[in-house]
Amino acid sequence: MATTTTTVPGAGPFPGSRSFISKLRDGDEIARLITFLFAASVVLVTVLLVYELWVESALPRHKFGLHFLITKVWDPNLDQFGALPFIYGTLVTAAVSLVLAVPLGIGAAIFLAELAPAQISDILEFFIDLLAAVPSVIYGLLGVFIVIPLMREYIQPGLKNTLGFLPFFQGPTYGVGFLTAGIVLAIMVIPYIISVSREVLLSVPRDQREAALALGATRWESTWKVVVPFARTGIMGSIFLALARALGETMAVTMVIGNTPTISASLFSPGYSIAAVIANEFTEATGDVYLQSLIELGLVLFLLTFILNGLARLLIVATSQRGSGVGQA
Amino acid sequence: MKRIAGLLVALLLLAGAGIVLADNPLTINGAGASFPYPIYSKWFDDYHKKNSNNQINYQSIGSGGGIKQVTEGTVDFGASDGPMNDDQLKAFRDKHGFDILHFPTVLGADVPAYNIPGVSAELTFTPDAIAGIFLGKITKWNDPAIAGANKGVNLPGNDIVVVHRSDGSGTSYIWTDYLSKVSDEWKNKVGKGTSVNWPVGLGGKGNEGVAGLVKQTPNSFGYVELIYAIQNNMPYGKVKNASGNVVKADLASVTAAAAGAAKDMPADFRVSITNAPGKNAYPISSFTWLLIPEKFSDAAKREAIKGFINWMLVDGQNEVEALSYAKLPKEVVAKEKQALAKVQ
Repeated sequence: MATTTTTVPGAGPFPGSRSFISKLRDGDEIARLITFLFAASVVLVTVLLVYELWVESALPRHKFGLHFLITKVWDPNLDQFGALPFIYGTLVTAAVSLVLAVPLGIGAAIFLAELAPAQISDILEFFIDLLAAVPSVIYGLLGVFIVIPLMREYIQPGLKNTLGFLPFFQGPTYGVGFLTAGIVLAIMVIPYIISVSREVLLSVPRDQREAALALGATRWESTWKVVVPFARTGIMGSIFLALARALGETMAVTMVIGNTPTISASLFSPGYSIAAVIANEFTEATGDVYLQSLIELGLVLFLLTFILNGLARLLIVATSQRGSGVGQA
Repeated sequence: MKRIAGLLVALLLLAGAGIVLADNPLTINGAGASFPYPIYSKWFDDYHKKNSNNQINYQSIGSGGGIKQVTEGTVDFGASDGPMNDDQLKAFRDKHGFDILHFPTVLGADVPAYNIPGVSAELTFTPDAIAGIFLGKITKWNDPAIAGANKGVNLPGNDIVVVHRSDGSGTSYIWTDYLSKVSDEWKNKVGKGTSVNWPVGLGGKGNEGVAGLVKQTPNSFGYVELIYAIQNNMPYGKVKNASGNVVKADLASVTAAAAGAAKDMPADFRVSITNAPGKNAYPISSFTWLLIPEKFSDAAKREAIKGFINWMLVDGQNEVEALSYAKLPKEVVAKEKQALAKVQ
């Protein structure tokens, strides 16, 4: 096959078309077209999604305008809808989850990739992949039966007694709330961070480590000062994956957040997230403005994810330029 | 691998054949409320066994979805835990040129659930106490409004943790409808609906979410469906009704509420029976309705649906108590049979 086609192009009267046909026959062109279509479909789906969310939320967009984003009232009976408490809850729970999950996840990944014996690392990796595949409702149940009682009985009173002077740890301790949702989300996203970061750390070329060791670095110095910075972009990627999951998580959050649209500095306070309110109220939303306001919330969540992702990319660019340069290698 | 694939294809073909076969009898599609879904699916199944040429499919997508779909004409009938309001009726009439009728099928009720450490007595709640707690005005368990109705019970001075539904639901509709009737302040400030702007409290998803929060959280107070409480052996409180009697919700007291309301039943059955008169009436009760269009272009479908409702009103009612729903009172059954003649 290959030998026949390589002789044909030069002999033909139309070399351009010939080569196209020959490429087609080789499969290159077909493969390119098909894979291009697949790649384009991702863009298409995204555009359609935004278009649909935009069109279907016309009523509240005209009625409330940008006030939708800064209004605190959510009252189906009065047809008054504002997204602020939901945006706040989404951002706060995601932030709490990352604060907890990033150090834990990256620490575990470093151990698995750099310090643990390969066998142990592989066994643990199996469990981590397993955790990443557990459905979110299971994490929600874990939250309801284990995290909430622990929070109410021990963790929240403990935090109140020790750090109660901070505005974050004040007010009644129900067990549910921003902090609990953040903790459950952290448990959910840690496997993503570990799994991806471990892969990235393992793919750092051996000579980087050896060079550091040859220069007299200790094992930890070579890990922390050479390997981790080298893998920084990939580790960042794992964090953004975790962030995206935390922003969009629905089931587990609604089971532990308390489902009350409040804005409070206290992490003990019950709250609400965008994904949770959509899931809770969509089926019984009867009024047109009500239903479309929920769809507009979906649009807001999409934009939120979009903006945070954009900021994240900027952060990567900024840090890899400012750094020692190894990040670009 | 190939063998598995072959097996899958065979299964798919079989399933396809099954769908084709099931399509041969007359298929009627309905959608709506999820609260009566267990009894509806049993009814439709039993009715199909008796009349094998009729197949009724029901999707429990929620009352709002049921109203929307029947208005759009994508299903043959709808079902709802709250009656359609005047705007919704008008929207249906504008679109189709005829009306939609409400047919009550069974009754449900909400019961107050609570968890106070150290208190095992069955508490009694007055309407003022329930409204006060849910408005956030009564904040302590030993408030006179609660303690006055529970003499001899040593209530603690702890803060009450209010729990309500976070998902839109008929259960919340009944609860807020009741609160709107017993408290003007609730009516003006909050109103009734499947979802409302709750003044205070935590939200739990579904009956199980509310029940879970109440069970776990000390000093909590919430509401769940009677059926849920019965089936899960959950303790719940008594409520003082409109006649001043203290009534514990059970199937009989819920039916009594419907009987109390039957005298003043409007012809279209769109009636709220919360806070109903009657000595034994449990005040936080409600019908759930089938929404049937007045006219059917397909005579076979019309006869099948009328046949089903006739059967449901007589034989079907004998099945409901086994699933912990309250029966329709005789007065209402008689009125519904008359109303069925309107479906043409």
